[in-house]
Amino acid sequence: MLDNLKILFHQGKQYIPDVTIAKVPGIFRGRPVISTVKVDETELMEICPTNAISTNPVCIDLGKCTFCGECAMAFPNKVKFTTDYKIATNERRKLIIVEGEDEPLQLNAELIRTEIQKCFSGSLKLRQVSAGGDNSCELELNACSNVNFDMGRFGIDFVASPRHADGLVITGPITENMARPLQICYDAIPEPKIIIVAGTDSISGGIFEGSPALDRSFLSKYTIDLYIPGNPIHPLTFINGVLELIKKRR
Amino acid sequence: MNYISLKNNQTVPISSIPELDYSLFLELNVFSLIKGTGSHCVNYFGFPHAGKIKLICCIADDELNAINILSSIVDAKQPLPSFSKQNLVFEKFEREIHENFGIVYTDHPWLKPVRFPFNRYKKNVTVADYPFFNIESEELHEVGVGPIHAGIIEPGHFRFICNGEQILHLEIQLGYQHRGIEQLFLEKKKLLQRITLAENIAGDSVVGHTVTFVNLWESLCNYQPGRDLQLARTLALELERLAIHTGDLSAMCTDVAYQLGSAVYGRLRTPVINYFQKWCGNRLGKSLIRAGKTNFPFTNELAAELTGLVGEYEKDFEEISEELFSMPSVLARFEKTGVITNEQAATIGTVGMSARMSAVSRDIRFSHPHDLYPELHHEPVIKNHGDVHSRARLRKKEIDQSIGYIRQMIENLPGNRQEDTGLLVPSPNSFTISLVEGWRGEICHCAVTDDNGELIHYKIKDPSFHNWLAVALAVRNNEISDFPICNKSFDLSYCGHDL
Repeated sequence: MLDNLKILFHQGKQYIPDVTIAKVPGIFRGRPVISTVKVDETELMEICPTNAISTNPVCIDLGKCTFCGECAMAFPNKVKFTTDYKIATNERRKLIIVEGEDEPLQLNAELIRTEIQKCFSGSLKLRQVSAGGDNSCELELNACSNVNFDMGRFGIDFVASPRHADGLVITGPITENMARPLQICYDAIPEPKIIIVAGTDSISGGIFEGSPALDRSFLSKYTIDLYIPGNPIHPLTFINGVLELIKKRR
Repeated sequence: MNYISLKNNQTVPISSIPELDYSLFLELNVFSLIKGTGSHCVNYFGFPHAGKIKLICCIADDELNAINILSSIVDAKQPLPSFSKQNLVFEKFEREIHENFGIVYTDHPWLKPVRFPFNRYKKNVTVADYPFFNIESEELHEVGVGPIHAGIIEPGHFRFICNGEQILHLEIQLGYQHRGIEQLFLEKKKLLQRITLAENIAGDSVVGHTVTFVNLWESLCNYQPGRDLQLARTLALELERLAIHTGDLSAMCTDVAYQLGSAVYGRLRTPVINYFQKWCGNRLGKSLIRAGKTNFPFTNELAAELTGLVGEYEKDFEEISEELFSMPSVLARFEKTGVITNEQAATIGTVGMSARMSAVSRDIRFSHPHDLYPELHHEPVIKNHGDVHSRARLRKKEIDQSIGYIRQMIENLPGNRQEDTGLLVPSPNSFTISLVEGWRGEICHCAVTDDNGELIHYKIKDPSFHNWLAVALAVRNNEISDFPICNKSFDLSYCGHDL
């Protein structure tokens, strides 16, 4: 008992006091900024492993980007990844960053359903389904609830049963073999319910896009309430995105 | 002998691999494992070849540091006698061959689906049709768990047959995570795409799988990586081991309701993965490992920071570990729970941690060393009891060992980075095998190229492929309430298995 107290004392305070303004250590690659400098655009496009870069104008689609940073290394004057981790949004098209733009990403308040704020602003219980996820987004979602990020302080938790949940968090490109279990899980969640897609694989298929082993038809059936890009998502991206979704006023 | 003997990361012409008649192929491969645990099968797979199926079997001789390779060409329609009848370690490899190509084995003991891949032979059988073993009895009941589990983990279905609270039998059905990765390796032609694929095989073994791929690719392109690249890879492998082992100890504390241990180990993992972010911009090491180059050189500043980090880590780690391993309520749950005997481990052919916890010395860092491991003179950590406690202690010891290796490596950093000569093209008509000891166990990638040096087959084997059966055996005669701690103590990969 005393030893445990000693350990507790030695550990001190480990939580991040304010997750909305925390700085990420090191060279995190968050929201990119694309300058209007002219470069060989075909070459730039060709670098990307997931065809996230398009031209006229030059854009990076964060829903497809793996955040490998190779484009920024080859064209440092053209592409720069900032440490801005607040890159979640509720509009798919907003994930496309256009050259010359340097605005923080925000949720479109008009698109947030009224029941989300009414029912979930003080408490949100989520059911996570990994549908072909590579366990990286899953590790980071687990990290959201650890003593550092402590998402539970906002009343946001992951629960064991869809019956206890207010929404679904999907990771992975959605394999054919998981398509039906995913649907069953969604159907088991009581109304009102939200859908969050977390990670590049989940938003667009990522590097697995076009694989015949996928069945992504689930996503076209429902409204997606939140897109969280990343490979994997950063816990701060997830927490801030979800907080904005449940707290934002019209 | 009739086989060709390769070193780890060696490329040879595909024509140099002896092609044997199937019966001789069977006899030689089964015979080479007779001498016990000094040899083991690291990969056995088939691929289409001129209207037939070419089988390639890779047996690692752990004592001679060699991998012996043989091949055979068979007709998919011709029923064959199985290797598994003679030696169970081939069991899953043959199931995979059967599932992919429809080859029928006349005497295979357990010819069931492996992962329901999109290009399977029997398209009409789906993941919902898995033929579970069952026992007719009024005393027994079945418990089905999954594919979706209670926590944030990957999907898989567990079917228990229980007598009251006690597990008689567990069957594990996987395949839900199948993304068709091996096929994508052939279709995505850009090197960066293939590296990205390797990074996404299993997110908890990013470094392990990516190092395996780049080592293979460089060998295939006849490129010798500089010392700086080798150091970075070895360091990253040990850091990944440190991070994941720590996270696993946290999860094991959670499963025995030791809250403080769970919190402390959980938070100890954070600075280690944040260090990856400082090094390469990604907490799990994605984007760090590249073939023929690095985008993130390991600098003296990074080395200084790492020295500080392991010092801080070690202090807290030793304190909590001392407490954990002397706490009666923890030991009561850890000891004699989920036992795999030495005999079982050897019979089913476990690898990595799952082998070493049952006194089977199997460690690629020792037997087929790559990158800087020859200089580290690695000695595998061995535990004897094969229970949850052994798996926990093994992690603790391996963490201590990794810290030692990290210190040793950053003590003498190589000087200036060698000039980047660039990668050449992959050799045509070649075969390459690459083995890496990830934190979970041995990762094996094999590649076969055609006349133009294009990949015609890419085979990935995660250690979980060998080890899932160990989980099913470990829980027998345990209470079903001990299943979570048994499963977590192995911490096997679903996506690495399903590909």
